[in-house]
Amino acid sequence: MTSHANIEHQASAWIERRDMGEWSAELQSQFEAWMNEALEHRIAYWRLEAAWNRTERMVALRPADLRQSIRPAAASAPRNTFKFAAALGLFVIAGAIGAYYFSQPTYQTFATTLGGREVLTLRDGSVIELNASTAIRLYDNAKERRVMLEKGEAYFNIQHDASHPFVVISGNHRVTDLGTKFSVRTEEGGLRVALMEGRAEVDNLNATKPVVLNPGEVAVATADSISVARKPMRELADQLGWRRGQIIFYHTTLANAAAELNRYNRKRLVIADAATARLTINGSFPTNGIDAFTQAAEQVFGVRITHRGDEIVISR
Amino acid sequence: MADKIKTDHEIAPHAPGVDGELCPVKAWFVHEVLPLEAALMQFLRRSGRSEADIADLRQEVYLRVCQQAEKEIPHPVKPLVFTIARNLLIDQVRRGQVIPIESVADLEAINVAGDTPGPDRTLMAREELLLLRAALEKLPPRCREALILRRIEGLSRREIAERMGISEHTVSEHINAGVRALANALYGEPAQARRPQ
Repeated sequence: MTSHANIEHQASAWIERRDMGEWSAELQSQFEAWMNEALEHRIAYWRLEAAWNRTERMVALRPADLRQSIRPAAASAPRNTFKFAAALGLFVIAGAIGAYYFSQPTYQTFATTLGGREVLTLRDGSVIELNASTAIRLYDNAKERRVMLEKGEAYFNIQHDASHPFVVISGNHRVTDLGTKFSVRTEEGGLRVALMEGRAEVDNLNATKPVVLNPGEVAVATADSISVARKPMRELADQLGWRRGQIIFYHTTLANAAAELNRYNRKRLVIADAATARLTINGSFPTNGIDAFTQAAEQVFGVRITHRGDEIVISR
Repeated sequence: MADKIKTDHEIAPHAPGVDGELCPVKAWFVHEVLPLEAALMQFLRRSGRSEADIADLRQEVYLRVCQQAEKEIPHPVKPLVFTIARNLLIDQVRRGQVIPIESVADLEAINVAGDTPGPDRTLMAREELLLLRAALEKLPPRCREALILRRIEGLSRREIAERMGISEHTVSEHINAGVRALANALYGEPAQARRPQ
């Protein structure tokens, strides 16, 4: 095997482990060491990861397209019920909802794409709002109410039922509703949970002590710790601006603001240098207001805006 | 809007690391360089070398452009990628490491601006799905099955192992091989293969 082929095997093994949610602080540090060891490692990993991320759209493939690919499994073959919301616009197929019903286990998959937003109402009246680039699996049956948050961000307004708890699971973390409005956002290496009303419990399957969140509290859960901070309600409400199609920045670095806008837009903002990335900005922008954003940055900081294909580069 | 919000505790902002979305070289590599892979592979294949050698050459090209990008993001990227690829082939011919299929003169005559149009960077969703399906169909059946169970049905490694009647270790191997094959199919295939029918 050539050394490149060897590196590629290592890179795919990292992708597989991360994807399977087999992750811990120790693996994270091994992974970082491997990534930092050589640019060749990073390049191989970035390439495979980019391809793997593209396969997220596979959920929009119809079971009929794939049926011959899966051997029938007696109890759990797909029942081929599929709802497809077509013609929702230019690049919305993946954002259209692919709902699969399986006899066992019973769950539905919902996914939004770049700039997409969906509101789901469950049978009990609970509401789940999905932000852009979000994917969930929903188990809603007599036994359980469970959401597996695969990626992205969602806002939950849950009808509490002590005998029928509602849980959100993402990676190694679990959020249990105790009568609640809250948001959950996946972040690199963990989860961010913000509580608006009621209470919710956050715990980690690696068994740290569960944390109960009260209104105004934000938990940041990583592989092996959960930290809680109290935030003004107004700030939490602003962070949920996406529910109204707004992004609100307070002393946000241009780097973070660009990453946030890039969740919603096909054109990508790229910050060319570290000094520009550190500038901080305040303001409220529509999620699709990439032009308003670049104009503001240009006027306030005198930065240079260059259009380059699908990218908008901000530089000094 | 402009007044400073006071917070009791500040949550440390997520640091842009080597793997972060905010790493500028990574973002540039994924969005600018990878879409050129199909054209680059076509170019490298003209050297008549084995697929394994060509994959090595491709990574060497990537390494050199990224080394440059770590100092300053090059723009435009396409001529640079093809110049590096060409020089790499020329070096190898000169060092006698390969039997030249095309002479150095031929290589030098290649228009480095890259005459083949790059694949559309934002494929329409429908095309992207067809492309994904085509890529899946090229995988070995067991590998494809494991990948679909993971990616579409969202089963865990153990659930996939049970369903397919294989060990968890073998599931990992299937997924691993699938990730690598999908990257080749999604980035490295010639552009016409991207067109359905």
